[in-house]
Amino acid sequence: MVILTSVLTTGALTLTACGSRNNDSKGGDSGNVTVTIGVDAPLTGQNSATGLGIQYGAQIAVDDANKNKTVPGVTFKIKALDDKAIPATGQQNATQLVSDSNVLGVVGPLNSGVATQMQQTFATANLVEISPSNTAPELTQGKNWQTAKQRPFKTYFRTATTDALQGAFAADYAYNGLKKKKAFVVDDKQTYGAGLSKIFRQQFVKQGGKVIGTDHVNVGDRDFSTLVTKIKNSGADILYYGGQYDESEVLTKQLKEAGAKIPLFGGDGMFTPTYIKTAGKTAEGDLVTSIGVPVDTLPAAKDFVATYKAKKYPGDYGTYGSYAYDATTAIIKAVGQVVKNGKVPSDARAKVVDAVQNTSFDGISGKISFDQYGDTTNKQLTVYQVIDGKWKSVKSGTANPK
Amino acid sequence: MNTLPQQLANGLFLGSMYGLIAIGYTMVYGIVQLINFAHGEIFMTGGFGALTVYLVLPDGISMWIALPAMLLGGTLVAVLIAVGAERFAYRPLRGAPRLAPLITAIGLSLALQQLVFNLYPNAKTARVFPQLHFGPFHVGSITIQSGDVFLIIAAPLCMAVLAFFVRLSRTGRAMQATAQDPDTAQLMGIDTNRIIVIAFAIGGLFAAVAGTAYGLKYGSVSYDMGFLAGLKAFTAAVLGGIGNIYGAMLGGLVLGLAEAMATAYIANIPGMHQLGGGSWAPVWAFVLLILVLLFRPQGLLGERVADRA
Repeated sequence: MVILTSVLTTGALTLTACGSRNNDSKGGDSGNVTVTIGVDAPLTGQNSATGLGIQYGAQIAVDDANKNKTVPGVTFKIKALDDKAIPATGQQNATQLVSDSNVLGVVGPLNSGVATQMQQTFATANLVEISPSNTAPELTQGKNWQTAKQRPFKTYFRTATTDALQGAFAADYAYNGLKKKKAFVVDDKQTYGAGLSKIFRQQFVKQGGKVIGTDHVNVGDRDFSTLVTKIKNSGADILYYGGQYDESEVLTKQLKEAGAKIPLFGGDGMFTPTYIKTAGKTAEGDLVTSIGVPVDTLPAAKDFVATYKAKKYPGDYGTYGSYAYDATTAIIKAVGQVVKNGKVPSDARAKVVDAVQNTSFDGISGKISFDQYGDTTNKQLTVYQVIDGKWKSVKSGTANPK
Repeated sequence: MNTLPQQLANGLFLGSMYGLIAIGYTMVYGIVQLINFAHGEIFMTGGFGALTVYLVLPDGISMWIALPAMLLGGTLVAVLIAVGAERFAYRPLRGAPRLAPLITAIGLSLALQQLVFNLYPNAKTARVFPQLHFGPFHVGSITIQSGDVFLIIAAPLCMAVLAFFVRLSRTGRAMQATAQDPDTAQLMGIDTNRIIVIAFAIGGLFAAVAGTAYGLKYGSVSYDMGFLAGLKAFTAAVLGGIGNIYGAMLGGLVLGLAEAMATAYIANIPGMHQLGGGSWAPVWAFVLLILVLLFRPQGLLGERVADRA
């Protein structure tokens, strides 16, 4: 039987464990049993500007649940692990979270490529995993998602909609909205980037556009001068990039400075203020698609945004923070159905998985519920563009591929 | 439009930076036969030193005033670290088996990376580097970006000064003598310890210039930028003939050009489209290294000053 540390005192200890910088989870004495929610995301290095949003989004959800005593008799805490956007590290973290019997659910990871290495570990342990940001279709719909959808892991859920929609939405907007006819497509060869750019290519060609050239870069590359020269001379009127902000912010800078006046269009991995900060004026006019609708337009998210800003967390809530908040809340609600009167049943993890599958509530990013594959039923997407040095939403909707 | 001139220029800019870093490897190797694997990190700290100076200067200061100060600050940091490394990490091991200082260098490289990662404010992600805003320039069909202007001025200038220094100055001649035969040089009254420190300091200076150039060119500096850059520069040094300062610069240029040409044009060869593209750049760099080691182990120019391995 899983016996959880019963505590009045660990409230203070949780602080060091989660790296939170202040003592807001001091509301730790609201319950007599502590449940840990694991978080896995890149917290340092590559991708950490977006990864930190996940950690702090989850942290705020836990703080709120403890403050409001959402689940009577249970105190929640966060255990945040850094996967550095490296799949192998993510897998080690998954093993670590699984072996901690206090962990009843995990939020993360950020990267689809990392998720592929974690899913099996969680499935074996029957531990629920909700990613706020994974978008690769095969994670929920199997390798042959285009022909025969089959859910590979019943413990895996996500609050972000898939690249099948995101890539198509981008292609539609590029062709019909921006009237671009010739695209150059570059990706970083990762699960997320390569998948996204492939779907963009297919949909763009289907619309009648032409893919005039393709190329790949390495994660961590900084010199794109050769590539930029190629793009400039290809006659492309738009560059689509499948990958993260770390490379694309440098790519767009070199592209514009080389004299190519075409916008760079990317996915949610680029949607962060860091992109504009690094690329400076050269980011102007660039576009991304991102999941959901703009957080600051959602009335339900007002408190969340205010809290996030008040705590001066680094990183950006805008991309995944609100989704991490909702993913964490889904786990908290599921735990609430499973843990009664401060007693954790022996098969708590399996019961939490079932409870998450059937969950349905109004989160801060919209309605939270999952379909038979573990995908979110919320298929909203938004195109953002850099206008006057800020990401501005230009179109919200959903895609209808094929 | 013909892209060849532009691609050649791209290769030259990239190669100039490799060359600047490679000088540090080759100077130190030429004099103490040590491959200083921490040199990539000295390049990184040079970039961070320059950034620090910019951050303490008042906001909105013109880059024309800031840049010299940044170069000075970056140089100071990089030279101090390079000289400190020599004094506290390598000198105690002089005379020890070759492997000992080599492993020390790798350890030092990791230590420096982690120090910056943990202690420098917000260095856990790439930090934005200030930019020059006056380009780009057009020469014929070639576009030269603002960040590259600094490189094409700094690299040949540094190289020329170094060449004069080594050839004509008293210290420079002492360096040549130490490189040829440290024991005899010492008997002739040359303070070899001082010469070794100077070699490390010059390496640090060139690394700081390269670090600043890197920041200007790519818009950010990060704690792990020294790893691949260091590896490529080491390749350049070996390519040109390690121990030979002209070889280091030549090796850098050759490496940069080879990378640019390979990534730009290999994909166009029928049947080779799988092997082209930007993601193959490091592959071609190291293939070139293997070829040179196979067919001309002494490097393109060979080592001119010493006959020892």
